[in-house]
Amino acid sequence: MVLTNKLVKKLATMTLVVVASLFSATSMAAETVGFVYVSPIGDAGWTYQHDLGRLQMEKETGVITKYVENVPEGPDAERVIREMAKRGDKVIFATSFGYMNPMLKVSKQFPKTAFVHATGYKMGKNMGLYNARFYEGRYLTGVIAGEVTKTNVLGYVAAFPIPEVLQGINAFIQGARSVNPKAELRVIWVNSWFDPGKERQASLTLMSQSADVITHHTDSTAVVQAAEEKGKFAFGYHSDMSKYGSTAHLTATTHHWGNYYTKVVKAAQAGNWKPENIWGGYKEGMIKLAPLNPSLPAELRNRIASMEKQLAAGTLHPFAGPVVDQAGKTRVAAGETMSDGDLSGMDYYVQGVVSKLSK
Amino acid sequence: MENFIISMIIAATPLLLAAIGELVTERSGVLNLGIEGMMLMGAVVAFAVANSTGSTPLAIIAGAGAGAAMALIFSVIALSLLANQVATGLALSIFGVGLSAFVGKPYESKILDTVAPLPIPLLADLPVIGGPLFNQQPLVYLSWAIFAGVAWFLYKSRPGLLLRAVGESPSSAHSIGYPVIRIRYMATLFGGAMAGIGGSFLSVYYTPLWVEGMVAGRGWIAIALVVFATWRPFRVIVGAYLFGGVMVAQLFVQGSGMDINIPSQFLSSLPYLATIIVLVIISRDQNTVRLNAPVSLGQPYRPDA
Repeated sequence: MVLTNKLVKKLATMTLVVVASLFSATSMAAETVGFVYVSPIGDAGWTYQHDLGRLQMEKETGVITKYVENVPEGPDAERVIREMAKRGDKVIFATSFGYMNPMLKVSKQFPKTAFVHATGYKMGKNMGLYNARFYEGRYLTGVIAGEVTKTNVLGYVAAFPIPEVLQGINAFIQGARSVNPKAELRVIWVNSWFDPGKERQASLTLMSQSADVITHHTDSTAVVQAAEEKGKFAFGYHSDMSKYGSTAHLTATTHHWGNYYTKVVKAAQAGNWKPENIWGGYKEGMIKLAPLNPSLPAELRNRIASMEKQLAAGTLHPFAGPVVDQAGKTRVAAGETMSDGDLSGMDYYVQGVVSKLSK
Repeated sequence: MENFIISMIIAATPLLLAAIGELVTERSGVLNLGIEGMMLMGAVVAFAVANSTGSTPLAIIAGAGAGAAMALIFSVIALSLLANQVATGLALSIFGVGLSAFVGKPYESKILDTVAPLPIPLLADLPVIGGPLFNQQPLVYLSWAIFAGVAWFLYKSRPGLLLRAVGESPSSAHSIGYPVIRIRYMATLFGGAMAGIGGSFLSVYYTPLWVEGMVAGRGWIAIALVVFATWRPFRVIVGAYLFGGVMVAQLFVQGSGMDINIPSQFLSSLPYLATIIVLVIISRDQNTVRLNAPVSLGQPYRPDA
């Protein structure tokens, strides 16, 4: 008897839960927005910045947001995106390159949902794209590096030689050479977005080869920590990483997605969202520098501030000619700027990089 | 050059620690493929302890304990319950990846102070080799001591002989009255503790931070290393420095801007390639297999059978 009693109670609570979730589902269905993250949110890095944007948008629009973190790129992503669409999310943001094909597939099956994908290149009837001009921030950090370096050797720890990473490397040395023509850049590829051990080893190697300002295009904080430990300088990436090296951390190129998310969700609420391809930079407020290290001289800080204004106004372009590649070929003639098409196909180093790019 | 040797030793130390442990485990006839998971648990627990107590020795001990606890799970399933060792080991690796991420959640943003190297008086002042060899982290010296201890134990001590006998022929060892399962338990726990220390080295000394999945495949390299070394301790230490050297060399070549056009992906695959070549060489006939690999490796042993 005791057993059956327990069973009945259990069944009763189960029914209650099911009924309750039905109710809550119908009451929220109108205004939910879904986010797919490739890694855990953590407290610095790519996904963390997207999550800051999500929170800002939630506050500004009043919608309910839901996210799924640590979603592998591939079949799992398709399942997650489809679930979000099924439960009636108005807008779905997928924040990693590898979600492109799964999202495109799902978007065709849910024509009324707005799908928005970060860093990809395929659009659909109801699927838009967004990305940021990370290289604009890189150029400014390059200017700071060119001023700060004593050895004229800079170091860069990078993940994979794709255009986005090469834009950052080339913008960095372009910036450095604009104030210090003697500056040279050493690049080490670690072939991983995330391997703190290797990132640290690469940093130590660069510093032992007399680099005194280093930065990275990988996902951990190991590079900043290594620089702090050796008494050299570093720039963070994605997020402000100053707490990992208060002396070493000069500033960081950081991403800000909040305004864009708010814009998209408001458009979707008003019913006039259209898929578009956004590549935003300083002008759109998608790229900013973290607060500059107080140890930097006031003159430099002011110069950087005015360059930030010029980037926002469009009067300063990191790849304004002349841009000459490592082999001596002129890629952009004086007086011109590099087109977006050429930027997204970048597959070479510019002059000033001493490492070789293996093909 | 000095910088290169320092980096090489640091990169090789976690491999050496984990591989020496796995060597002892495998010499007793147990194949534990769970090193990656054990290293991760060692790394996260050591980091947590270092973060809350500030004591590095305590952190290393806790890391060793965490690795051994993982190995205990393996032992119960594979040695007492006689489950397939390969499957259990793989499961342990996957389990360790998830569990360490879960346990480590609150520690993701924490930082540790870097541990300063411990120079050995007089020796550290030697020219050329003094800096790289004798001005290192305490765990580097420990790895050498453990290597020497294991080499001595396996070849010069009676219990070591027994352990090897269990790995060659558990039924013979059992028939003359030796506790095969207990010996295998101890060998596996030792392997787990060493993997735990290897993991602690990563999270407490190498990159003083904890992030999910930070062992990044080093556990698998350690397993490859044991095969590469054909189950001999001296070859393990040589192999560890060789693999560590390869890992670091590619970074040095890239940074220097030398025009050596070897794709770094190829260099990263070298340890595994070398392991396959060694496997092919020792597998060419029955005799070389028997001379090199522990004969009962990976086979469950049922004492009453």
